Amino acid sequence: MIKTDALIIGAGPTGLFTAHQLKLIGLDCIIVDNLDKIGGQCIELYPDKPIYDIPAIPECTGEELTNNLINKLKPFNIKFHLSERVDEVKKNNSNWEVKTNKGSKFSTPNVIIAGGVGSFEPRKFPVKECEKFENKSILYSVKDKTIFKGKTVTIFGGGDSALDWAIELSKNSNVNLIHRRDEFRGAQHSVDKVHELSKNGKINLFTKFQLKMVNGKDKLESIEIESEDKEIKKLETNYILGFFGLIMQLGPIAEWGLNIDKKTVAVDTEKFETNQKGIYAVGDICTYPGKLKLILSGFHEGALAARACFKLARPNEKYRFEFTTSSKTIKNRLGVKE
Amino acid sequence: MPKITYIEHNGKNHTIEVANGLSVMEGAVQNNIPGIDADCGGSMACATCHVYVKEDWFNKLPKKEDGEEDMLDMAFEPKKNSRLSCQIMVSDELDGLEVNLPEKQV
Repeated sequence: MIKTDALIIGAGPTGLFTAHQLKLIGLDCIIVDNLDKIGGQCIELYPDKPIYDIPAIPECTGEELTNNLINKLKPFNIKFHLSERVDEVKKNNSNWEVKTNKGSKFSTPNVIIAGGVGSFEPRKFPVKECEKFENKSILYSVKDKTIFKGKTVTIFGGGDSALDWAIELSKNSNVNLIHRRDEFRGAQHSVDKVHELSKNGKINLFTKFQLKMVNGKDKLESIEIESEDKEIKKLETNYILGFFGLIMQLGPIAEWGLNIDKKTVAVDTEKFETNQKGIYAVGDICTYPGKLKLILSGFHEGALAARACFKLARPNEKYRFEFTTSSKTIKNRLGVKE
Repeated sequence: MPKITYIEHNGKNHTIEVANGLSVMEGAVQNNIPGIDADCGGSMACATCHVYVKEDWFNKLPKKEDGEEDMLDMAFEPKKNSRLSCQIMVSDELDGLEVNLPEKQV
């Protein structure tokens, strides 16, 4: 059981800035995120898109914003638990006990949910029969590519993941690549490579087709794909890989006894506390009268939630407001030499 | 104001007035039409405001940008007449537009 003053769920811009605020006022914190990297929606959905409404920054991309926020945290030693999803939040006396899907356990008086629209999960095939083969022969990510050696692998998707894996697996496997249209959105050199491999018979390319049905009793045996003109083809395959990007699911947050309306959590505007004492929600996931889903609002909400955390983490101390420009204590924490 | 008709997957119709300049997605969200999630809030980053547009209307709409077609790759059961409703801007010309909602968004 790891003890901390505050646990932040979500490593997007709001979570990162909230961590900075906590450290400035002398609290420690841990950040948990289901993605394998820091940055949340900024890094997952629009790393290259310019953002124009971050205060005092004329223009920056999602990736630049993330890197700047990471750099801001450099003076502090903050532990990140990436690729972990918080599954359980339970009250134990005055603390919250938090468990992740990887078995990490935390005890903290303060949980700050900075979870955006929830956790990112792979988008799955719409065909219901896929469920029984999921994680066995129907996969949405590759953990061990050696299992495909000498097998037939059918890959669906038109982005870089689909193209890269089609190219890689074509070395040792029989690969079908299926996409709903002729154009691919992956890198041009990968698209060219796929077309070349297709010409040489190393990849069987089917465009304007989508998955229609999967067949097999205990083991996946074959699939049917259907074209826009309702032409159906049957393909034998051992594995299916689906790369349709990520979707955001509220997930376990819905189970923690919070006031949830339309995937957002109701908070007050003084502490950004939910209906549960010591659980706060900041950024896109929170709602209150006048809420704007802007990154700058997340920063403000995180700053106030951090002050509220102080009361529960240091019940016997009095919080004193200080400016970073003048406070010696804060400068010490930042490691700034006078 | 232009009237837009949203048809749920179960056939239930909702005809509402949507102000010019709003997107078809915003019209749905502001009027609590079930079946449009719009997780990303209209930044063309999530494909959860996916709709099907009847052919005659589909051809009248301004063409898709590349980014929209890319996102539709991720949508639930995309078809030839798929659009992201956040990218369809309501105007007088769209008065009477009908969109069909997919079975689900994710």
